Amino acid sequence: MTKIKIALLIKQVIDTRISEGWAPGADGTVDRNALPAIINPEDLHALEQTLRLKEQLGGNAEIVAISMGPQRAAEALRECIWRGADDAVLISDRKVAGADTLATSYALALAIKKVGASLIFAGRQTIDGDTAHVGPQVAQALGIPQITYAEEVALEGDSLVVKRRLDDGFEVVKSPLKALITVGSSAAKCRFCNAKRMLRSRKAEIKTWSAADLDGDLSRFGLAGSPTQVLYSEPIVTESKGGVVLTSSIEDIATLVAELRSNHTIE
Amino acid sequence: MENIIVFCETRNGELCDVSLELVTKARLLAEELGCKVDAIVIGKEVSSLSKTLFEYGINRVFCADDERLSEYLTLPYTRIVTSVVAEQHPQIFLAGATNVGRDLAPRVAAELQCGLTADCTELRIGECEDTAGVKHENILLQIRPNFVGNQLTTIVSTSSRPQMATMREGVVSKQRVDNPVAGEIITINTQSLLTEEDFAVSILKREVEARKSNLKGAKVVVAGGYGVGSRENFELLYRLAELLHGEVGSTRAAVDAGYCDHSTMIGQTGVTVRPKLYIAVGISGQVQHTVGMEKSGTIISINRDPEAPINKIADYVIVGDARECVTHLIDQLSK
Ligand SMILES: Cc1cc2nc3c(=O)[nH]c(=O)nc-3n(C[C@H](O)[C@H](O)[C@H](O)COP(=O)(O)OP(=O)(O)OC[C@H]3O[C@@H](n4cnc5c(N)ncnc54)[C@H](O)[C@@H]3O)c2cc1C
Repeated sequence: MTKIKIALLIKQVIDTRISEGWAPGADGTVDRNALPAIINPEDLHALEQTLRLKEQLGGNAEIVAISMGPQRAAEALRECIWRGADDAVLISDRKVAGADTLATSYALALAIKKVGASLIFAGRQTIDGDTAHVGPQVAQALGIPQITYAEEVALEGDSLVVKRRLDDGFEVVKSPLKALITVGSSAAKCRFCNAKRMLRSRKAEIKTWSAADLDGDLSRFGLAGSPTQVLYSEPIVTESKGGVVLTSSIEDIATLVAELRSNHTIE
Repeated sequence: MENIIVFCETRNGELCDVSLELVTKARLLAEELGCKVDAIVIGKEVSSLSKTLFEYGINRVFCADDERLSEYLTLPYTRIVTSVVAEQHPQIFLAGATNVGRDLAPRVAAELQCGLTADCTELRIGECEDTAGVKHENILLQIRPNFVGNQLTTIVSTSSRPQMATMREGVVSKQRVDNPVAGEIITINTQSLLTEEDFAVSILKREVEARKSNLKGAKVVVAGGYGVGSRENFELLYRLAELLHGEVGSTRAAVDAGYCDHSTMIGQTGVTVRPKLYIAVGISGQVQHTVGMEKSGTIISINRDPEAPINKIADYVIVGDARECVTHLIDQLSK
């Protein structure tokens, strides 16, 4: 059996989940530099699924992690390697910067073709964008089926059987091996790796490709290739409703409960 | 005249609420633009749903009635939607930000090389200037909370048509028109349009799980944030909610901290609620949360920080410790 090449799409994001120690300023912006950079959490769930699939294939697979971003995103790719990926590619170039999801997917799809991967995994969505566009848009660019919100992926003959997590339950679908799968946070967490592998991959080389290396239509990269435009962002200024301010004393709370009862807010 | 097209989702043979909400919103936008609203419905025996759509002011219904499409499948649905849009050249295309809409819309957008904004909380018509300094009128302003921080971002797609957006469920209320007129039903020939390849992925099984809670329709919501402090303290919120015949909600920070289940999350990426009474316990009130609850009736905020942003939209602010205040509330309500 020929080796299956699996591409894993990841993004380095800032960790907005940490709620203490950062608060938006009066203008509503956040100092991004003050926050740690991590691999987008759902991308790690996707990595775990690629590792499981490789096991099911008896090791007969090569996992290539691919990311687009600034140079420092190489750290995130290196982490993928110590967690079990075989190879990594970073697309980094000023020409691809400022891309919206369409231009991002265009660049990623070209990189996947160049790597020669036929099966693609990605996180469902990122914590900094939350759009969940990139998976389906890469699948479209490659002309292959997509299976979103995957929770479990199993190999059955030359098909994949995937359990999808939905708002109101779940669905099990059968798909060809040539597909793009996005994995959600309900899937298994990514395993830890042994310290030896971690040390070994400290010096792992991360290939860096420029826009020219991708051999695409330059007008479809980056800002130029992005049909959406952020017009402006405005801080949310809410005028105070001037609500009644109470203390936590038993008396205050008893008064509140009495008032809510009398105006039928509560029965 | 270029119309607005809304992708109308169905579940168990019925139109989803989010689709009727979108149609209602689209109607308002169309009035401003002086155009009409068309709908696309796909599924098994869906032509009978046209009547309802006309009641909501739809002009033409593009109907793909096909047994094979009773459940959503990415590839055939994408092909149908793309072909209608490519033929009709609508100026705006809208879909619900649901499991289905979020799978379909990006694929359609990529196919048509159009800009798409996810999870809008507001859509308006306005004017803007693009990056080249060219002025555009009658543009769809696609508004959503910023990715990071307490800001609202306005996004436009001036160069591609249709302008595409998905919108969250529960952001607008669905409303019928006063004097509905029966519009036109246009049948899509799926037999000739769809190929065998479109059915490369097949559904083996689909199971609907009973909802753990009825958060969306609850009259009272007791929501806890990071300030609740522990899973144990969260149990108190369940006691309080029970006393008030309400449901428990949460913030992303509370979910991330492991205090409660993801299904309870309220906000941009969670559920949108509109209860009569909303009690926010240890919640700061970042926009990604408040977009999901700001239309509540009475809002009570329990927070030890008198300056917490959520206090501004609260009718009652109790300044104090979450555990202590909730315990007092439980005591008083048990009386
Ligand atoms: C793309 C994106 C999407 C998001 N989507 C959502 C979403 O859908 N829903 C959502 O909720 N969030 C969402 N968030 C996160 C959101 O920005 C906030 O980080 C989150 O809502 C904060 O939750 P919190 O108020 O519980 O925590 P914090 O902001 O940490 O606030 C805790 C509050 O508790 C108070 N407090 C602390 N200790 C006590 C105590 N002992 N007693 C009383 N009060 C106390 C503090 O004063 C503070 O006001 C999203 C973020 C991003 C970037």
